[in-house]
Amino acid sequence: MKQEEYQELVKQLTPKEKRLSHALIAFVSGGMVGVFSTLVYEILTTTFALGKSSATIWTVIILIGVSSLLTALGFFDRWVKKCQCGLIIPTSGFAHSVTSSALDYKKDGLITGLGANFFKLAGSVILYGIISAFLLTVIKVVFYG
Amino acid sequence: MASFIYDNVYLKDAYTIVGPYETKGKLSNFDLTIEDMYYGEKTFEKAEVKMQVKAIDSLMARNYLNDNQVDCLVGGELSNQITTSSVTASKYKIPFLGLYSACATFNEALITGANLIKLNNHHIIAYTSSHNLNSEKQFRYPVEYGAPKKESTTFTATGAIATLLTDEKTNIKVESATIGKVIDYGIKDVNNMGAVMAPAAVQVLFDHLNELHRPATYYDVIITGDLGNIGEELFRKLCQKQNIKYNKYFDAGTEIYRLEQDTKAGASGPTSLPIVLFSKILKEKKYSKILLIATGSLHSPSLVNQKNSIPSIAHAVSLEVIK
Repeated sequence: MKQEEYQELVKQLTPKEKRLSHALIAFVSGGMVGVFSTLVYEILTTTFALGKSSATIWTVIILIGVSSLLTALGFFDRWVKKCQCGLIIPTSGFAHSVTSSALDYKKDGLITGLGANFFKLAGSVILYGIISAFLLTVIKVVFYG
Repeated sequence: MASFIYDNVYLKDAYTIVGPYETKGKLSNFDLTIEDMYYGEKTFEKAEVKMQVKAIDSLMARNYLNDNQVDCLVGGELSNQITTSSVTASKYKIPFLGLYSACATFNEALITGANLIKLNNHHIIAYTSSHNLNSEKQFRYPVEYGAPKKESTTFTATGAIATLLTDEKTNIKVESATIGKVIDYGIKDVNNMGAVMAPAAVQVLFDHLNELHRPATYYDVIITGDLGNIGEELFRKLCQKQNIKYNKYFDAGTEIYRLEQDTKAGASGPTSLPIVLFSKILKEKKYSKILLIATGSLHSPSLVNQKNSIPSIAHAVSLEVIK
């Protein structure tokens, strides 16, 4: 059998991913994370009477803390399968990717293991986040002053 | 020609250890099952070494062998630089040959061992292992990350197997073997290893039958290593195309887990074939001529990240159960 012919056969036999249903599930589960953060924010501004900017910062800190703890407790390992990528896209996912890498490599030493692999998955987010922020700022300054 | 016929090589005994996922699967009859992926150790790497050592120790004890009576250890698995197998070998005063054919390592060890017996050695221990979480860490994502998986991915089985090859007559004869060629059919998808390896399995089957001048119907059953359900289907289609007709064929990767365990395309890893062989096929005593085709995907994360196609290999070993 020729390579092209085989690759065609592989394509036929490999089940298609259910992208639409996965995307819808992720939409809902990601939205739930958003709802949770809004709740935290509301509680902080009303019950604890924090200002808007400090309430935002505290919300992010709480979200990071909670998701790191849940990573360590093995919550994501079980729930990402069910909730799809909705759980790992927002701030919760960023904290989760850092914590899971850290857990994997902590036995390889603080520098060579944990330190070197801490941003294994999140590194790209930081790098390209900074680059796109920079480019957008340039566009803003050039066109809108 | 890379086919061998043996007349004095026998399989005397095997010791199988499996992890918690495999215990809950379709098979039973293991020598030892472990509940904890750490197996009482600090790291998963140490746990895998402990599994191998336990398998070899138990096998030697059961057959009243000491270090001096075993001529050589041959083994390997999936860890970087096969360190797991080397650390295991450091616990014994027995010469060691480390091997790597990814998930086809078990058959490579059997072939190497059988050829050593042919050269007048008496006792060879062939061993292999795999650990799901070590493989996840090495080839995929961090363990706790839990990234969603494609339907075509396979699940690395956890376990260790040690087998004793000898020149004393037993009821399982290693009858012949064929060393496979490395095949590359241009598949780049690391999440579809069945598709990567199926052509290598068919190639070694074709060469084996050709070189030993026998039809595929000579065997009561042909078992591939860890193609999973997609690779199994591809193997059948490729055999049809090559006009190879067999009595019975199935893939070991599809025999280990239950559907509800959500392991996608099935089990993979060098242990999946020997687990099925020793805890099911040989225990059932249904077949007398068995052809084992262990399959291996020869990739590394760099090879895949640089968008190269993945080479694969398969080795064939023929066993004869003497009644």
